[in-house]
Amino acid sequence: MKRYGPVTAVDGLDLKVLRGECFGLLGPNGAGKTTTIEILEGLLHADEGEVRILGEQWRTDAESLRRRLGIQLQETQLADKLTVAETLRLFRSFYPGGPSVDELLDLVELRPKRDAWVSKLSGGQKQRLSVACALAGKPELLFLDEPTTGLDPQSRRQLWEVLERFREGGGTILITTHYMDEAHTLCDRVGIMDQGKLIALGTPRELVASLGAEHVVEFALADGQRVDEALLTALPGVKDVRRDDTHLHLSTSELHRTVPALLELLSHRQATLSQLGTHSATLEDVFVTLTGRQLRDA
Amino acid sequence: MRDTPSGREPVALRRASRGGARHPLVELTLARFREFLREPEAVFWVFMFPVIMTCALGIAFRSRGQEPVIAGVVEQAGADEVASALEAAGGFTVRRIPPDEVDRAVRDGRAPVVIVPGTPPTYRFDEARAESQVARLAVDRALQKAAGRNDAFTPVEQPVQNVGSRYIDWLVPGLLGMNIMSTGLWGVGFSIVQARTKKLLKRLVATPMSKAHYLMSHVFSRLLFLALEVVVIVGFAWFFFDVQVHGALWSLAGLALLGALSFGGLGLLLASRARTIEAVSGLMNLVMLPMWVLSGVFFASTNFPEPMQPFIKLLPLTALNDALRAVINEGLAIAAITTEIAILATWGVISFALSLRLFRWQ
Repeated sequence: MKRYGPVTAVDGLDLKVLRGECFGLLGPNGAGKTTTIEILEGLLHADEGEVRILGEQWRTDAESLRRRLGIQLQETQLADKLTVAETLRLFRSFYPGGPSVDELLDLVELRPKRDAWVSKLSGGQKQRLSVACALAGKPELLFLDEPTTGLDPQSRRQLWEVLERFREGGGTILITTHYMDEAHTLCDRVGIMDQGKLIALGTPRELVASLGAEHVVEFALADGQRVDEALLTALPGVKDVRRDDTHLHLSTSELHRTVPALLELLSHRQATLSQLGTHSATLEDVFVTLTGRQLRDA
Repeated sequence: MRDTPSGREPVALRRASRGGARHPLVELTLARFREFLREPEAVFWVFMFPVIMTCALGIAFRSRGQEPVIAGVVEQAGADEVASALEAAGGFTVRRIPPDEVDRAVRDGRAPVVIVPGTPPTYRFDEARAESQVARLAVDRALQKAAGRNDAFTPVEQPVQNVGSRYIDWLVPGLLGMNIMSTGLWGVGFSIVQARTKKLLKRLVATPMSKAHYLMSHVFSRLLFLALEVVVIVGFAWFFFDVQVHGALWSLAGLALLGALSFGGLGLLLASRARTIEAVSGLMNLVMLPMWVLSGVFFASTNFPEPMQPFIKLLPLTALNDALRAVINEGLAIAAITTEIAILATWGVISFALSLRLFRWQ
């Protein structure tokens, strides 16, 4: 548990990360992800509770833990006027063992930028450098706090590849993100956090399955037209109906029955569709169902 | 060391065990050094500023032994007689002053003394200014002589022409001390606070890096610049103004080193808690400003009243300036300045120890 004055940032979190797995901590901004990960990293102290990492504890084994962990922080800006290689050499010098600077450069595909100043790197390259710094001591466990926030899709995929390579070498990852697709792609298990509490825990597949509905139908009606939610709930296969500003969302286990029934209902009511779409249920839908809020604007 | 029983493996091997990186203290110091050199503004302030300052002050206060005394004469009846008497005596530049501007001319420095012709003449001058007093004496002597006074005797005059006693000779050690202070404080304080605001400090403490290594690297990287700084300032003053170092060069080097360590420690202390660049700038100015005034950079600290002297003597910049002058101007040995050395060392040790305790890493 971690309190800031009257605010309890993280409350009663109880979770285990297994060796060799990639664990994702999901949630909107302010959910307590960063506080949680910084407690695990030994940068913050929990007001209550116990943390064990790789069989050690911060209170007694800090020095050894520092060597065994790789850490990437959300807001760190590396020195602008050092080159990529100089930055890596600096971080590498803190660790007794690990890959050479050139091996690190290859690992994150920054060799062509070896002698470029950090200030000249793109956002994605800076993040990969930051991850390379975290990998400098050949860590057993890697902590990543929103490593892909603000990156374009291609840069995100490049970073994912770096993380995949780390896992192939047997490493464990704990990552926070508010991108559900990222969690889906990278993580073996995820924990969803909201307002300092863990509200769901499991593999991405399990969590989606827990909705009892694998598909979501989204539609919008032409201006001013409305349709009674009770009628929608009664449609075959529909488990849940939710309305936001512009759209109606139906969670369903039987897409092939729900959609024709919906179209029939609407034509019967002489309502005009302005938009209709379906997608497979995602972790995003899990979050929405659990909290009633969208992840992005939560 | 742990993995080899002898603990004496060759340097190349040790580097290999760190994946091509050197000892963390070396890497940290190098990183600081590079960051500084790649910041053109910083280089300007450290090297060019003191040189420009020395140059400007050297020209403004160059030796004026040969220069004539400026005497103002009020334009009214009898002015011509006074002027010709002064010109006949020699060594005066006569400046005519309109009657309604007498006091202003004395005040704004056009004429340090103004003569109102008459019987007897009136001297208008500023009692508080040495320059004004000297001019009054010279004018009085010339006019009394012209009026018929005879000297009781003619003294034998032997002017001392000592290199080392000019203002510029006195000024350069003070500028050097001031520069060691300001680059020590800025160089250390600024970069630490910057690293803190960029969360780089937090990132570094998340590694196994030794915190003492980090703090030491800032002080050490200062020493690398220090050598350059001292050479530039002393070399410039010697080349253009013939300012000589009368003492041993190694005493000068040792003093500069001690000064830099001491002010580097003070810089650490000032930066140990500040969260923003503005906060640390304010603190630094608060610390430096009194020393600029009190510690004898531009004028001797003995100008301040006696009760303040013990306090002024304890300031680190006073100690450094006094010691530098003793070595550069008077050619004294280290043994003669042990008090100053002790004061500087105490400041350094106390501030380093305090900052280790107070330092906020995140």
